[in-house]
Amino acid sequence: MKVNIHLNKRVAVIGAGLTPFRRRLLETPQEIAWEAASKALDEAGLELKDIDCVVIGSAPDAFDGVNLKGEYLSHGSGGIRKPVSRVYVGGATGVMTAIAGWYHVASGLCQKVLAVAEEKMSPDRPHPQAIFRYIWDPILEKPLNPNLIWIFAMEMHRYMATYGIKKEEIALVSVKNKRNAVNNPYAQLGSNITVEDVLKSEVLVWPVQLLDVSPVSDGGAAIVLASEDVARRYTDTPVWVEGVGWTLDNTEWPARDLSYARYVEFAARMAYKMAGIERPNKEIDVAEPYDPFDYKELHHLEALQLAKRGEAPKLLKEGVFDIDGDIPSSPSGGLLGVGNPIAAAGLMKVISIYWQLKGTAGKMQVKRPVHTGVAQAWGDLMQAGTVIVLRN
Amino acid sequence: MGTFLNRITIIGIGWFGFRPTTPEVSFREMVFEAASRAYKDAGNINPRNDVDSFISCQEDFWEGISISDEFAPDQMGGAMRPTMTVAGDSLQGLAHAVMHINSGVANVVSIEAHSKVSDILTFSDLVKFAMDPIYVRSINPPNFHFIAGLDAVKFMQRKGITREDLALVVEKNKKAGLSSPRASYASNISAEDVLKKDYVVYPLSELDIAPFVDGAIVIVVADEEVAKKLKKDDYLVIKGLGFATDSSNLETAELGKANYMRIASDMAYRMAGIESPRRYFDAVFVDDRYSYKELQHLEGLRVSEEPSKDLREGNLSPQGEIPVNPLGGHMAKGVPLEASGFSLLLDAIDYIKQGKGERALVASWRGIPTLTGSVVVVEKP
Repeated sequence: MKVNIHLNKRVAVIGAGLTPFRRRLLETPQEIAWEAASKALDEAGLELKDIDCVVIGSAPDAFDGVNLKGEYLSHGSGGIRKPVSRVYVGGATGVMTAIAGWYHVASGLCQKVLAVAEEKMSPDRPHPQAIFRYIWDPILEKPLNPNLIWIFAMEMHRYMATYGIKKEEIALVSVKNKRNAVNNPYAQLGSNITVEDVLKSEVLVWPVQLLDVSPVSDGGAAIVLASEDVARRYTDTPVWVEGVGWTLDNTEWPARDLSYARYVEFAARMAYKMAGIERPNKEIDVAEPYDPFDYKELHHLEALQLAKRGEAPKLLKEGVFDIDGDIPSSPSGGLLGVGNPIAAAGLMKVISIYWQLKGTAGKMQVKRPVHTGVAQAWGDLMQAGTVIVLRN
Repeated sequence: MGTFLNRITIIGIGWFGFRPTTPEVSFREMVFEAASRAYKDAGNINPRNDVDSFISCQEDFWEGISISDEFAPDQMGGAMRPTMTVAGDSLQGLAHAVMHINSGVANVVSIEAHSKVSDILTFSDLVKFAMDPIYVRSINPPNFHFIAGLDAVKFMQRKGITREDLALVVEKNKKAGLSSPRASYASNISAEDVLKKDYVVYPLSELDIAPFVDGAIVIVVADEEVAKKLKKDDYLVIKGLGFATDSSNLETAELGKANYMRIASDMAYRMAGIESPRRYFDAVFVDDRYSYKELQHLEGLRVSEEPSKDLREGNLSPQGEIPVNPLGGHMAKGVPLEASGFSLLLDAIDYIKQGKGERALVASWRGIPTLTGSVVVVEKP
């Protein structure tokens, strides 16, 4: 595999916008997309007419109940009489949206790109889980009628069994992230809970309990990316995209080693190589790993090479991933605290790192100085990893 | 708006299907067949080592699978590699591939698009699901072609185009398709046959509407250095490309005009340094899923200001001044969903490889209810 060693153009993030993440937003998907997009434009100091290209990210079309969702969302995303396209890698879409925005600029095609991610899960009846009934192999798996929590329970169990990890250790992620989310004005579920609260919550599919899981959410997120010359004109504090990586494993999840996210490791290695990072656990100052379930944050911290295999729970317990720790993880509150409008949640992770590196994260700002951050998303049938490295 | 940094080439192409039904294969098997052929055509490359990134072009609702991109990597050789999906026409996927190469993350990219439309039992209902849920879908139109009908009438009134002109497009393309190996719907019909048919939606009869088709196409693109090593001079150069969406809300879009094609083609022409498209191209391969669309798109592409006049004078026929869809277009070949753009590009590549021309314009539309188009300028090195 070729990994970019010679970057053709430097690309910066110069603006970002988020909607509140909520269980039921009254706005239409187009309106949600526009709220995020207009905030990103405002922060960048640009108007829609300044934007060359629009990239849209959204996960299953069925969430919003719209076929050809990229076409529908283009209006709300500012994609009017412009080059517009939608990228898609399931749950990993949010970070892929930022990556696609990056290569729109890095390739020379555009100078200013608006990347917008939106998801509206609340219209689904009886529950968005119903949409996940149709993600399976139609012949081999669909007849079993599995749901997502089933397979993540298998993965969580495998992770715990392989490394001898206890539920109490994993629950600490939920405690940390919901605590961090208290400081996030966009968050849906910020709260000060205890490990005991997690362990006492309803069992969904053992070992997954209600407070191990991120909520169902509606929300939008957007960033503005620009070429170096443009970025320097609009801001004194550009945050550079230094590395990107993405990997898709095969579709056959039952044949996969569920205890380790190898595809995320591959994506991370691609991004780190591009960014010139050789020792991620020493060089990354702040991380936003994808945490739709609490064990996934640990899983991903290991795949991102920020902890050795099976050792993320130990580092978590020692406070390494706390907001005042060595590598603050999910200072935004993550999906567990902020909410999980799938694609928007992934792009929210990128925005969190952008604000941290810009120093405008407000109450979410981590205590120590930060220069390099990584955001990551995950999706599909436990097979997609997308990673982006930002530097100030 | 900028321009690409390096020249990108097409080094391999493979296709499978182009039949109304393909009951013996799944979509993944079709893509595998097309990919195997494309990799062979690209100089017997091994996708596991020689391809740097992989792009799939598909839409969930057509596949009947939520998160359909899960099923993208295996049949292309893209597992554990940078593989992603562009939920758009294959020419938009091609644009992303070109961006992968020009941004520096890849030298060689493989792009697939496919259609297994014969599996879809409720196609028109799915099209309704693509309409704005509040303002359009809620009127529950009995026939989704009504949008094409409105668009056609407005266009025809503005340009003085008649029903006979539309029938001539159908006759020209269905006949031209007889020379294509992929044209299941080619036939030797006359404009009169078209005019005798009842309307589906005024002014369009069943024969004015291209049918759908199953098929898969894989294209391998590479930077020119790689192309020279693998194929000497047996490759084509992507000299320009563009894609654009008009306002996607029908109430704010300008029906009767292919603005999306004008924006996309202006972008591609600027990139390719083309000032007079009519003189520049040897042939045009343009979306004709409705008969009027061929003429409307030619206007949008600046190929013909008076398309009906050109049509009547034979300028658009395979032997004319500027052949349009000389291998039959969608009218003869069918519409293979997201692979539509690639099917037109495939025709253009065949046309150039057969020595009938050196420079071709390819322009694709995403169909009702979208206002999105993509344009590629392809030519000999």
